[in-house]
Amino acid sequence: MQERLRGNIYYFVLAFAFAICSSCSSEDPGGEVMEEGYVPTPKPLNVPAIFQQYLPQPNIPEDNPQTVEGVALGRKLFFDPMLSGDGTQSCATCHQPQNAFTDLQQFSEGIDGIVGFRNVMPIYNLAWNTNAKFFWDGRAGDLETQALEPVTNPIEMHNTWPNAVASLQSDAAYPELFEQAFGTETVTKELVAKAIAQFERTLISGNSPFDKYLLGEGTLTEQEINGFEIFMDEARGDCFHCHGNEFSPLWTDNIFHNNGLDEIITDKGLGNITGDPRDDGLFKSPSLRNLAYTAPYMHDGRFETLDEVINHYSEGLVYSPTIDPLMKAIAQGGVQLTESDKADLKAFLLSLSEPAFVNNPDFQNPN
Amino acid sequence: MKKIGLLVMFAVFAIGCNSDDDSSAEILGCMDPDSINFNPEANTDDGSCSYLKNVTFNFTQNWGGEDRPVTKIDFNSTTYENEMGTTLTLSKLRYLISKIQLHKSDTTITIENYQLVDLAMDSSLSLAPTQQIPTGDYTGISFVYGFNEEDNISGNYPDLNDASWNWPAMLGGGYHFMQMEGSYNDENGMPQPYAYHNGRARLSMDNFVNNHLEFDFQRNFTVTDDTTIEIRMDISEWYKNPNMWDLNQYNVDLMMNYDAQILMHENGASVFSIGEINQ
Ligand code: HEC
Ligand code: HEC
Repeated sequence: MQERLRGNIYYFVLAFAFAICSSCSSEDPGGEVMEEGYVPTPKPLNVPAIFQQYLPQPNIPEDNPQTVEGVALGRKLFFDPMLSGDGTQSCATCHQPQNAFTDLQQFSEGIDGIVGFRNVMPIYNLAWNTNAKFFWDGRAGDLETQALEPVTNPIEMHNTWPNAVASLQSDAAYPELFEQAFGTETVTKELVAKAIAQFERTLISGNSPFDKYLLGEGTLTEQEINGFEIFMDEARGDCFHCHGNEFSPLWTDNIFHNNGLDEIITDKGLGNITGDPRDDGLFKSPSLRNLAYTAPYMHDGRFETLDEVINHYSEGLVYSPTIDPLMKAIAQGGVQLTESDKADLKAFLLSLSEPAFVNNPDFQNPN
Repeated sequence: MKKIGLLVMFAVFAIGCNSDDDSSAEILGCMDPDSINFNPEANTDDGSCSYLKNVTFNFTQNWGGEDRPVTKIDFNSTTYENEMGTTLTLSKLRYLISKIQLHKSDTTITIENYQLVDLAMDSSLSLAPTQQIPTGDYTGISFVYGFNEEDNISGNYPDLNDASWNWPAMLGGGYHFMQMEGSYNDENGMPQPYAYHNGRARLSMDNFVNNHLEFDFQRNFTVTDDTTIEIRMDISEWYKNPNMWDLNQYNVDLMMNYDAQILMHENGASVFSIGEINQ
């Protein structure tokens, strides 16, 4: 019932938007008009209650609105090995839904068997990355640009864009799907990227046990609640300055820090991109949602388990010149959490994982 | 042909006016329809016309009143010496200003926006509200550092939530007022971290002091055109006046330290001033 009602509202909004559009174009013949007046069906993001309540509106570029047809095309492309040089690898080879769109490797292999040097990042809630810097080192400025990279990256799908576009163009199904999504049968890499970005923006995770607890729809164990207190306690976890809090439900600040992993920086991270040595060893704070599915951890996947991550913050910190001031008591390796504090902190972290996200039927392979 | 028409109209108009003048008294007021206080009844302009102009607030930072501003370029490189003689660098400086008010002799204009100033983000260094201000004489500027008790509501501001600007519930909740971070050299010359974070102070369980600061500066200025107003922070004052700040004693874990929070509050009183006002 609710669904149908919502559907009706969308049609209403659509009709209204259409009315505005047509009135505009009649007054303004210079305005951009879709081929044959075709308008794909708008599909607003399904925003979780907790985001509605506390976060700004999601970032959707004006020139790439979310549509039913665009998302469906993007999903098909995301799971399609046709995009890779030898037809063996899709985005989903490394970004698997059951692992919150990561794989279980420390480093993934590209089609030529070359192993990368960064751990796969999960894909969710990217429309709320207000900082709009993607990858561990922030090198991509928006999702549409990001989606162009893996296809040609020699250690990933190692294709060329003219080749990928030609394969899609000569496919039996794709030209029609591009027509439905964008009003043209002509495949371009920009449209491929737009469709994939639309699909990626629908990958939203905001209904974990901890969210339900905040909304008054579920309960947590005493251990999980205690773990949250440790997370928020400046003298113990002090995790909240970089990884969010109950009112900042992305569980990342989307900013770059050096969290004390190495004395000698080998992967410069953000420093490679800005060329500023003061940025050496800085990486984007990852979200702490869905950690149950995203091992191993850190930009280089050095930690197999959450226990190792917590031990790092508790007693494994090492000094390097760009280390973040929030990393404390470095001479002792950290604040030395008690074993029970560590166990509680871990229990809390896991309460941010959402089984319904990894099992969402809309996010699985459609091919 | 046109000219004659105009002439006739003018004649009629002139006659009309004359006959009017005889029967009614002089009415003073603003006679410009483009003003915000246009008086259609007025027949004598008294120079009171007022107009709406844009206002921009520029937030600048300095060390010890020096002309050279402190910017993100200085982060992790420029060293400063605080009143105690401790050498330090900055790596982050963010602070919140709210409830900016411009005072005239008879009215007060309240700017609706608050501003999270973040030295790492150039766009945050100035606030240009859509709200405009009337021309005329002003007597002063006031604002709140942080949020006052009434505004300091946990989770209330999506953009500040997104910036992880929240202050933990166990410390009274609401939002940070300032995050100033960096590194100082301890007695052995070794770099140590500091996190000078200010917000609500926790005296005991369920007993909190809001800890914001209200500034009220007397300053006479006249707005005739679009105006920029500089709000200055002298960072060295956080370490100086009236309490000499010892980073060897107070460096990290200051949020839950009641004494440190109150010392910050006291030192904050001399940190801000109004700089240049330009049109
Ligand atoms: C061979 C494995 C592999 C393949 C195939 C692959 N990726 Fe990735 N992806 C990665 C790795 C590794 C990273 C992190 C790289 C880095 O930061 O340097 C990453 C990062 C990302 C990110 C950044 C997330 C963030 O939060 O910043 C997005 C988005 C993404 N990939 C999308 C895609 C898409 C879309 C495709 C298909 C077109 C794709 N990936 C194909 C391995 C892969
Ligand atoms: C100064 C900011 C900062 C603080 C404070 C901080 N982290 Fe992190 N965290 C990061 C950054 C940056 C990374 C990624 C570092 C890298 O890979 O080089 C990270 C990575 C992680 C990861 C790995 C996630 C993944 O997907 O690989 C976990 C888990 C984590 N942090 C948990 C915590 C916990 C728990 C605390 C408190 C004890 C904490 N962090 C405190 C910045 C911070």
